[in-house]
Amino acid sequence: MSNQKDTVSRTVLVAFVLCVVCSVIVSAAAVMLRDQQQANAANEKKLNILTAAGIEVVDGDLDTAFAAITPKLVDMRTGQFSTDHDAVTYNMRKAAKDPALSRALTSEQDIASIRKQSIYSTVYLVEGEQGIERIILPVHGYGLWSTLYGFIALDGDFNSVVGFGFYEHAETPGLGGEVDNPKWKSQWMGKQVYAEGSDVPVIGLIKGTAPAGDLHKIDGLAGATLTSNGVTNLVKFWLGEHGFAPLLAKLKAGDA
Amino acid sequence: MSKTKEIILSPIFANNPIALQILGVCSALAVTSSLKVTVVMCIALTVVTAFSNFFIASIRNHVPNSIRIIVQMVIIASLVILVDQVLKAYAYEVSKQLSVFVGLIITNCIVMGRAEAFAMQNPPIPSFFDGIGNGLGYSVVLLFVAVLRELIGSGTLYGFEILPLVTNGGWYYSNGLMLLPPSAFFVIGGFIWLLRNSKIDQVEPVEFKLASHTK
Repeated sequence: MSNQKDTVSRTVLVAFVLCVVCSVIVSAAAVMLRDQQQANAANEKKLNILTAAGIEVVDGDLDTAFAAITPKLVDMRTGQFSTDHDAVTYNMRKAAKDPALSRALTSEQDIASIRKQSIYSTVYLVEGEQGIERIILPVHGYGLWSTLYGFIALDGDFNSVVGFGFYEHAETPGLGGEVDNPKWKSQWMGKQVYAEGSDVPVIGLIKGTAPAGDLHKIDGLAGATLTSNGVTNLVKFWLGEHGFAPLLAKLKAGDA
Repeated sequence: MSKTKEIILSPIFANNPIALQILGVCSALAVTSSLKVTVVMCIALTVVTAFSNFFIASIRNHVPNSIRIIVQMVIIASLVILVDQVLKAYAYEVSKQLSVFVGLIITNCIVMGRAEAFAMQNPPIPSFFDGIGNGLGYSVVLLFVAVLRELIGSGTLYGFEILPLVTNGGWYYSNGLMLLPPSAFFVIGGFIWLLRNSKIDQVEPVEFKLASHTK
């Protein structure tokens, strides 16, 4: 028996048959489950946007809740809405890696350590009778271990924060990971991004506890100085001149 | 029947893969900071071990000796990819937290060790139960570690608040060390100590004796 199964031809045959069988099973599973997986990823993104916007999802019915939100594509070079690509399917993360769709940042510009920025960004608007009620902006940047991805939602004055949160990061649990703490996140509500008459963002984290009534400062995360710096930097970057500041200025003036 | 029972039950305490064989410790460190993730990891590992044992045992008489490790790896890898795909489709949240660790089941020493040590010599059905048993042995240790780490580290169990944290207005100061991977070493060490206190036969003989410095 052992002599017979150890011949070269037998070895090749067994290896070949096994590979074919396994690859068929694996690819069949991948193909059959793909729809479900993509739906999960899409739902996850919608849920994150809704959470940042402060819209409650009733009975897990994402689509109804999401109907209140309009995705819009922004050209980051001009700060104007654009229709060059489909705002729903445009993938900022892929675009940032594509030389044709991204721009490199110099180290002075790149305070959020993202190196390359997608030329177009998808933002989400909640529109009401008096125009835009809320705008939800994607933000990301480097913390201590990982890139943090999140959304920041601003009120119709394009200055007050109404929602903030990260949906993907790998910071230290219990320290930098406290960016997910609801109590900490609730501090962002009502804070002002810009000082009166300026378009340079001043919002950010400070070491220790922010003084009561301060309009721009949020408590730093205890034991997580680098994550705290990362969060401040990414918010300042995305709300600054290379981020969404041109768009917000145009929206304030009413001509985006 | 009693043989099957023994195959399933003996790896849980008497011949525990982590505590006695010290296999599969790597993932025990990585995924045990929250109980929910740990439970999914345990189920995934038990399923993979059981089925890889089953399939490897089914074809054990046809596998040429020279490529047997590769054959085992191919079967294990295919099963792990299947589990990963199913998790992504039906348990998206958890699969995101487990991320790379599901893929790392492939390199988990327990799966490979049982395939080589048991499934290559035994028929499919006992091999299947051996996989279940070792999966359960792994799970017992992981759950023990995860309960302690989540409770002491975050004051919660399975995501429910047990000890209200100071940061949430409670009284409990969480122990951040328990959320970091090294703490799993301490807890596993404690588990092994407890286990060997009750099962003295597991204590390894002293390999050498220190000579006294002075006469």
